[in-house]
Amino acid sequence: MNAGELSTLLVWAAGLTYTIALVAYTTVLARIAEARPRAVQATAAKATAATTAAIVPAPVAVGAGRTAVLERPGRAAPSPAAGGGAGIRAGVDAGAPDAGRRAAGIARSMTYLGLAFGFVAVVLRGVAAGRWPTANMYEFTLVGSTMAVAVLVLVQRRNQIPFLGVLVTGAAALALFLGVNVFYIKAEGVQPALQSYWLVIHVGVAITSSGIFAVAAATSVVQLLRARREEGSTRLAGRRWGWIDTVPDSRTLEALSFRLNAVGFVLWTFTLIAGAIWAEHAWGRYWGWDPKEVGTFVVWVIYAAYLHARTTRGWAGSRAAYFVLVGFTAVIANFTVINLFVAGRHSYSGL
Amino acid sequence: MSGYRPDGLEDAFTSDDPERAGATARGAATDVDAVPAGAETTPDVQVPRIGVVGWLRWVWRQLSSMRVALMLLMLLAVAAVPGTIFPQNAQDPAKVAAYLADHQALGPWLQRLQLFDVYSSVWFSAIYLLLFVSLVACIVPRTRVHLTALRARPPRVPRRFDRFPAQGGLTTTATPQQVVDSAAVALRGPWRRLPRFRVDVSTEGGEATVAAERGYLRETGNLVFHLSLVGLLIAIATGQMLHYRGQALVVQGHGFANAVVDYDTFERGTAFNPSSLVPFSLRLDAFSARFSPVSLQPRDFTADVTVTQPDGSASAQQIKVNHPLDVGGANIYLQGNGYAPDVVVRDSAGNVAFSGPVPFLPQNAVYTSLGVIKVPDVTRGDQIGFRAALLPTAQQDTDGVWQSVAPQPANPLMVLTVWTGNLGLDTGVPQNVYKLDTSHLKQVMGPDGQAVSLKVQPGETVALPNGLGTLTFKALPRYVALDLRYDPALTEVLVFALLALAGLATSLFTPRRRIWLRVRIAADGRTVVTAAALARGDDIGLQPELDRVLAVVGRDLGIAEDEIARDAAVGDDASAVRDARAAQENEHPEEHR
Repeated sequence: MNAGELSTLLVWAAGLTYTIALVAYTTVLARIAEARPRAVQATAAKATAATTAAIVPAPVAVGAGRTAVLERPGRAAPSPAAGGGAGIRAGVDAGAPDAGRRAAGIARSMTYLGLAFGFVAVVLRGVAAGRWPTANMYEFTLVGSTMAVAVLVLVQRRNQIPFLGVLVTGAAALALFLGVNVFYIKAEGVQPALQSYWLVIHVGVAITSSGIFAVAAATSVVQLLRARREEGSTRLAGRRWGWIDTVPDSRTLEALSFRLNAVGFVLWTFTLIAGAIWAEHAWGRYWGWDPKEVGTFVVWVIYAAYLHARTTRGWAGSRAAYFVLVGFTAVIANFTVINLFVAGRHSYSGL
Repeated sequence: MSGYRPDGLEDAFTSDDPERAGATARGAATDVDAVPAGAETTPDVQVPRIGVVGWLRWVWRQLSSMRVALMLLMLLAVAAVPGTIFPQNAQDPAKVAAYLADHQALGPWLQRLQLFDVYSSVWFSAIYLLLFVSLVACIVPRTRVHLTALRARPPRVPRRFDRFPAQGGLTTTATPQQVVDSAAVALRGPWRRLPRFRVDVSTEGGEATVAAERGYLRETGNLVFHLSLVGLLIAIATGQMLHYRGQALVVQGHGFANAVVDYDTFERGTAFNPSSLVPFSLRLDAFSARFSPVSLQPRDFTADVTVTQPDGSASAQQIKVNHPLDVGGANIYLQGNGYAPDVVVRDSAGNVAFSGPVPFLPQNAVYTSLGVIKVPDVTRGDQIGFRAALLPTAQQDTDGVWQSVAPQPANPLMVLTVWTGNLGLDTGVPQNVYKLDTSHLKQVMGPDGQAVSLKVQPGETVALPNGLGTLTFKALPRYVALDLRYDPALTEVLVFALLALAGLATSLFTPRRRIWLRVRIAADGRTVVTAAALARGDDIGLQPELDRVLAVVGRDLGIAEDEIARDAAVGDDASAVRDARAAQENEHPEEHR
C-alpha cells in the first residue's frame, strides 16, 4: 500500500468517524430535548428557587441538567397548571443525563479522531502527489472539511453547542463521501500553471476561510432558530425543539458568528488579492472576470453587505444572519457549480 | 447641513451611563424602524420648494445612507452573476458569436441588454460608480468627525460602576497617587509614541480617578479600508488607460521586435503612448515541454530566449508559465505552444512556391494539431491550398486510422488534403490564417473518386497529385504564443489592495474599550480601588484586559494575586452584563461602515 492509497483509506475512516460523531451529537440533542421538560417540571415544583437561579450558562446546564432552569427570566417560572398538565412524564430518570454526557463524550472524541484521520490523510495525499495537496476538487473537499472540523473543535472549546456539531460533522462527512466517490482522482503532479508557491498561499487561505465560513453559517442557523424560539414562534415551541433553550442566547451566537465571519472575510479578501497577484504572474492580468473570479467577488460583496447590514438599524440580528446563509450558499456554488459546469481558467477540478 | 449627521457616525460606545441606557428594551434595534437619513430635515406636512441644490443635497444624503449602500452592494452581487452565465466578449468573442448563431431570437435582445459585455455595461458601471459615490459621501464626513475624535479625551469616570460588564478592584496600603501612577503606566503600555490606552487622571470630590480609552485605530482602519478602495479604483482605471497588450507567435529560431506592427494582435488603452513601447527584440532559441508519462498532462514548459536591448546588448533569458520575463517595463508571458511544421512546396515548374514554418493549432492533450498551408505564388496554373493534421506521435489503430497517442514528437506524421483554385487572398479582406476559404477551391480527388490524402514525415518529400508539384516536410520546430503586457499602475494597484486589507483587518480586530478606576481612602486608612470596563460590541477580551491592568498595578505595589477582586461581587449578575451590552448596541448599532 502506498501513501496515496493509505490517504484514501484514511479519508473513508474520517468520513465514518464524523458519521459516528454526527450520530452522537444527535443523541446529545435528543437527550437534551427529553431532559429539558423534566427539568422544567422539577423546578416548577419549587418555583421559588427559579427566580434566583434564573440564568445558568448553557454548557453547565447540559452537564448537570437536573435542577438548572434553562429559561429566560420572563418564562422562568411556568404556572403549576402548565407544568403539571402538559402531560410530561413524571419522575426524574437519572439515567438520561448520564447517557447524554456519554454521548457528548463520544461525539467529542470522535470529532477529534476524525480530525486526526483527516489531517494525516491530507499530509499523505501531499506526500503521494509530491506537492501541496490543494490542486483539484477532491483535495479541496478533503482539506476544506478538515479545516471546518478544526474550526468546530476550536469553537466547541468555548461553547459546547451540540447542534453546531451536528451541522458541521454532518457536512464534513457528506463532503468526504462525495469527494471520495465523485471528485476522486489519483494523486499526481500538476500542470505548469499550478506550479507556484501561490498554490499554497492562495488556495490554502481560500480553503481555510471556506471552512470558517462553514462553521459561521452553521452558527447563524442556530442563532436564527434560537431567535425564533425567543420570539415565541409556535412552530418551534414544541418539545422536539426543547434543545434550542440549551444553546447560548441568539445575541451570543450572533457575536460568535460575527467573530468567525470577520476572520473569514479578512482571509477571503486576502484570497482575492493573492489570486490577483498569482493571475498577474501566470495569466498576464490581475483581473479578468473569469467565472471563478466573479464567484469569489460575489461572495466578497455578499459578506461585505453582511458587515454593513449588521450595523444598519433594522437589519442587525436575524436579518443580517440571512446574509451569512446567502454568503455561504454562494461559497458552495462558487466551489461546485463554477468548477463543474462553467468553463473558465480555474478549471482545475481534474474531472 | 446643520443638524444632519450621516449614518454610522456614532462610533462611540454608548451613553456613559449604562444605568440609563439599560432601560432601553432589548431587541429595540429590530423594533424601531429608523427614519432614513435624508428624511430628517424634510418637513413632514408642507413640502416647500427645495430647488436644485436641495434636491442634490437630498440625493447626496440618500447615497450616504447605509441602507442605500446595502442595497447597492446586494445589486452589485446580483449584477455580477450574468457574466458567468452568458459568454463574454472580453473573454471569448468566438463563444459569443456561436451563442448568437444558436439563439437567433434571444441573442439580439441579450446583446441589447449588454449581457455579453456585463462588466463594461452601462448598468454594471452605474451600480459600482454609485456605490463609490455612496462610499465617498459616507467616508468624507466620517473622516472629519474621526479627526476631531482623535484629539478627544477619554470620557469622564461614571458615577456608578455596578452595571458595567467588566469590573474589578483591589485594596492596598499604597497611597492613591502611587496607585494612579501605576495604573496610568499599565494602561499606556511600553510605547510612548503609541500608547495602548489614552489615559486621563483627575480628582473628583476627594477621589482620584483614571479614565482610559483605546481602539481609536478601529475607525482609522475602517476609513483607510474605504479610502483604499477608492484609490484602487483610480489605480485600475489609470492602468486601463495607459496599458498596452500584444500577442505574438514565435517559432523556434525566429523572433519579433516590440513594435505595434510585429504583433498578431495589439490592444491599447485610450491614453496609450507609443513611446512606452521600448524597442527591444526577442528571439526564441529553444522550447522544451515535459509531460506526465501517466496522464500525459503537461508538467513543464520552458522557453529559452535571447533578448536584444535597444542599445544592442543581448542576454539569454528564460520564460516559463508563472515566471514572466520583465523587459523594458513590460512583462512577457508564455501563454501557449504548439508545432509549426517547416515545409517547402515546389510547383509544377519546380520553383519554390512556399517555404517556411506554419503554426498549427493543438486540438487536444496529445497535440493533434490542425493547420492550413496556402500556396498562392505558383508559377502557372491554379493556386494550391492544404488542410493538414499533424500527429506528433502517430500510431495506426486496429481500424487503420492514424491518431496521435502522445504529445511529444516521437513519430510525427502530417496528413494533408489538397485543394486547388483561388485562395481568395487578393480580395483585400483579411483572412484567418488557420482556415481555408474553400468557396473558390476544388478538392483534388484520386482516380478512385476518394479525396487524395497525403502522408508525410519529417525529411520526406511527397509528389502532389495531378503533377501539381512536390511538398517537403523539412523539420518540426515548436512555436510559443507570447503575451506582452505593459501596465504602469500595477504597483499602485497592489499597494492600495494591501492597504485595504490592512485597514479591514485593523477595523475588524481592534477592540474598542474603556476602563475607569476610582481610588479612595477607606475608613481603615487603606486605599480601595474599584474599576469598571466597557467595550463596543460583545468583547470576550474585556474582562481579561481589566484583570491584566489590575494585576500589573498589584504587582507594582506588591499585592498578592488573591487580594485582587475579579468581578466578584456583581459579576454573576448576568442580567446586568447583558443589559449593559444590549444598551450599548442598541444605542449605536450603526457603527462602522
